[in-house]
Amino acid sequence: MSATPQDDKNLPDFGAALSEPSAGQMLRRRVFGHTGLVIGGTILLIIALMALLAPLIAPHDPYAHNLANRLVPPIWHDWFYDDPRATWTHIFGTDHQGRDYLSRIIYGARISLLIGFSAAIISGVIGCTLGLVAGYYGGRVDMVVNFIITTRLAMPVILVALAVVALMGSSLTIVVLVLGFLLWDQFAVVMRTLAMQMREFDFVTSAQALGCSPRYIIMREILPNVLNALLVVMTIEMANAILLEAALSFLGLGVQPPLPSWGLMLSQAKDEIFFDPWMITIPGLALLMLVLAINLIGDGLRDVTSPEGRS
Amino acid sequence: MLRFLFRRLVMAAAVAVAVSLITFTLTNFASDPAIAMAGDTASAAEIQQIREREGFDRPLVVQYADWLSSAVVGDFGYSYRMRVPVSDLILSRIPVTMMLGGAALTFAIVLAIPMGVLAALRPNSWIDRTALGVAVLGQAMPTFWFALMMMVVFSVFLGWLPASGARSWQHFIMPAIALGYYATPAFMRLTRAGMLEVMRSDYIRTARAKGLRPHVVLFHHGLRNAIIPIVSLAAVQFGFMLGGSVVIETLFSMPGLGFLAWESISRADLPVIQAIVLVIAVFYVLLNLMADLANAYLDPRIRIG
Repeated sequence: MSATPQDDKNLPDFGAALSEPSAGQMLRRRVFGHTGLVIGGTILLIIALMALLAPLIAPHDPYAHNLANRLVPPIWHDWFYDDPRATWTHIFGTDHQGRDYLSRIIYGARISLLIGFSAAIISGVIGCTLGLVAGYYGGRVDMVVNFIITTRLAMPVILVALAVVALMGSSLTIVVLVLGFLLWDQFAVVMRTLAMQMREFDFVTSAQALGCSPRYIIMREILPNVLNALLVVMTIEMANAILLEAALSFLGLGVQPPLPSWGLMLSQAKDEIFFDPWMITIPGLALLMLVLAINLIGDGLRDVTSPEGRS
Repeated sequence: MLRFLFRRLVMAAAVAVAVSLITFTLTNFASDPAIAMAGDTASAAEIQQIREREGFDRPLVVQYADWLSSAVVGDFGYSYRMRVPVSDLILSRIPVTMMLGGAALTFAIVLAIPMGVLAALRPNSWIDRTALGVAVLGQAMPTFWFALMMMVVFSVFLGWLPASGARSWQHFIMPAIALGYYATPAFMRLTRAGMLEVMRSDYIRTARAKGLRPHVVLFHHGLRNAIIPIVSLAAVQFGFMLGGSVVIETLFSMPGLGFLAWESISRADLPVIQAIVLVIAVFYVLLNLMADLANAYLDPRIRIG
């Protein structure tokens, strides 16, 4: 009786080493081999850590004003313009109320990330439900959902968001809710298309033949197969929500002072544009980096998860 | 073709009605029109008087029907704050916004299409990478921040361009670039992808094999076919720009529809807000309808199918 490889636990498993890398290894190789994804991931990780550890790393209290210390320029004004007011105490300087700019930027990351995540999740739930149901059922249901999507697209997002926030009173919660209820269109469009394709696949028709409920098929058969696309749309809408919050706050109708939202900081910096233009560069760059990172991750995820979609 | 047109028209009208219903309901639930009309200093008796005089105490459905039937013929009522007909206000502000949107769209297309074509002709070359960089940056940059930075450079430091108003063509340069740049990546990606696909197709090989000159192949056979999806995108983007003009027009104090929207929102001037949302939605729907027709004209397969 000859021993099969499975019987002999002492022998090293040569077969595994020679065979193809596992799915996990392949994925890891593709993820870490994708420059955009690595850069985006690193930036997002840094910003997320900054937001999480804000109380530990912020050099000052972001709300502490000191009117004697208003509009201190950032440290590089010491290097380039020999400005004696620029010191290491306030690396990014202080704002019009003497609050430390760096600390406000660090705390501002919390607001942007919070709004981006929450709005993307709310809109994801709405958009996926509409899109999957429309794509799966087709026919009349699809026509109704299509109409809802077109109606939503016809409404100018910024305008409607501004109006609702202005009339209902602005707060962080309202901004999140309004953006969540407005930004679901892409989820719905993408999920609808995918569900329409999936409906024709054998595993769906066999589940139908087995008598599974539509709810079960949508949740258990279709949804797991569209998660990749869902993640990609999620990054797009997160970036969108962050930019929109900044725009709303910039117009004075988003997050309210004294919260350190980057958009709000830009709106306050706008008043100093003629004398202290550096004030608008810093929060803008922070926004740019965050949105850039999220977009790079979204593009990267699309490349990694669908090799055929790579250009 | 007629059936196609008819169905699209019905859909467009239905969408406009749905938008008006949502806008009307939202504004009426989010605020009390009598209080908005009376202002902050009014007494309870005054508010009650306005409520009865303007019919705000009637059921919402009746008020909506009333409002919609006048809106259909272009009567949006009077502005609470400026005491003039809303339609006059809107008509006086439309030209600036149309000019801004047109300039922004032109900027986006003039920048994006040549770059997209060049990037597609030489994939992975330096020009492809530059185009990618321009696109990635355009998508990540907050429009209003880009505008602010241009203001700092061209108005504050160099003093070349005016920072507010809409009196001359120079006033439109920075706002149009800021608004247009955000739309550039979408055009560039679509052009690049379209050209890549078209240039691989059989009829391009045939055209080349016939010995046609390269630019004839590129423009007449290639770009003409790659451009079809661009038409729809241009319509969608122009619609988005009308909405996006709120931020840019407010920032540059340009007397357009967007600035009017912001003014009305900050003063709770409900009739003007409702009218502007509806006007932009109707524009969006009509633009899409026109894009569908243009596509049907450019690509016979759409009209028949």
